[in-house]
Amino acid sequence: MPIRLYMLQRLSALVMAPLVLVHLAVIIIAVRSGLDAETLLGRTRGSLVWGLVYGTFVVAVSIHAAIGLRTVLDEWAHIRGKALDAAMWAIGLGLLGLGSRAVYAVTVG
Amino acid sequence: MSDGIDNAAATDTLDVRVWRGDERGGDWHAYRVPAAANQTVLDVVTWIQRHREPNLAYRFACRVGVCGSCAMSVNGEPRWTCRTHVQDAARDGVLRIGPLRNLPLVRDLACDMAPFFDRWQEAGGRFVPSSDRHADIAAISPESPARRIADAAIQCINCAVCYAACDVVQWKPDYLGPAALNRAWSLVNDERDAGNKDRLRAVAGDAGCHNCHSQHNCTRYCPNQLDPGASIAGLKRTTMKAALKGQL
Amino acid sequence: MIPPHRRHGLWLAFFLHRLSGIALALFLPAHFLVLALALTDPAALDGFLHWAHQPVVRAAEMGLVFLLSVHLFGGLRLMALEWLPWSPRQKTLAALATAGSMFVALWFLLASAQAA
Repeated sequence: MPIRLYMLQRLSALVMAPLVLVHLAVIIIAVRSGLDAETLLGRTRGSLVWGLVYGTFVVAVSIHAAIGLRTVLDEWAHIRGKALDAAMWAIGLGLLGLGSRAVYAVTVG
Repeated sequence: MSDGIDNAAATDTLDVRVWRGDERGGDWHAYRVPAAANQTVLDVVTWIQRHREPNLAYRFACRVGVCGSCAMSVNGEPRWTCRTHVQDAARDGVLRIGPLRNLPLVRDLACDMAPFFDRWQEAGGRFVPSSDRHADIAAISPESPARRIADAAIQCINCAVCYAACDVVQWKPDYLGPAALNRAWSLVNDERDAGNKDRLRAVAGDAGCHNCHSQHNCTRYCPNQLDPGASIAGLKRTTMKAALKGQL
Repeated sequence: MIPPHRRHGLWLAFFLHRLSGIALALFLPAHFLVLALALTDPAALDGFLHWAHQPVVRAAEMGLVFLLSVHLFGGLRLMALEWLPWSPRQKTLAALATAGSMFVALWFLLASAQAA
């Protein structure tokens, strides 16, 4: 793994550490209070803060998962060279696309 | 007596399996070897070679843990066989002795060490002098922080035990591996060395220190109690600082 | 069978981190697709959420929450190991402390979720 990818991997991890805690809190609160989709969406829609939190989360997780899976494909599937980097980009951009759509759906609607 | 085993005192025999073959394939062969007090795994291999299999291929030289040539896989774990006692290595009374992992096989218990030493070169393991022979001897305080860090990383005997223990070497064969990176780390902290620019670039590449997953198999098995895992972490920090300063 | 060179805490920590990472990465696209239903097909989202109330699905959900916290704490552990030049003794203590705090945190998490 070249150092640039290592640093991006660790930077995205540091960005996500507090966001994961927030996300875990959201999960617990949502499960405990038994909120339905409509109530939850009512709170997230139109909220700039939730948009920023989950928008950042999606960008960071796309980078993090793409680099992480690149390592797994390298070590366990022995995919190397251009194919490996192509797979990394495909995973990252795919997650970014799906994730942005989800954040848009939940916060803008 | 000449082979280090007091046959007169042997009251029991050991159940020993030795891997025999080459790159094309091979098999485990069973031997009964007279047991003796303070017997090492290398003693056992030598007994088999002298009394049962004259053409058994294995490698050793000093027999006292200095030369680093006798490492083998003993019951699945990489060991320096000359300093490993049978009583510590046997599992359920059986000793399975095979070649080291992660290296091409020459024959039987002897591996081709060339890739292991190639990694040393690729990792910038060569000392690059910053002055010539006419200069005074460099005065480096034994107490200086860099010297202490370098001290902790020297005394490697190139036995390749860490290289055989490392899963990343197994999964990504061009990975520089713990021994070469540990060597690079000792030179990074050598105040007399002038080769850090190229060295840091070498260990920050695709095959470099950032592949390490901190499993620390290397540190666990190093027979000289070195800590290549910590050396690799040191390289990660140093290369990261250099990259942030735009020096890579 | 686990080979002997892998039978120790740091290897196990690596393996948990890798497996949880792969599982989370595989789960993410599905998670995103379901959330996007809020936009494209709210009725389908409601149907899905209704379906997700089944005990089996809720157990799987808790499994994912568990994996997320395992991956979070495992990652923090890894960065501490890499970036703080600690002595082996300090690393052992830190690993024990992390394992302990993770245990307490997860216990709290699971207890809270079950109370729901």
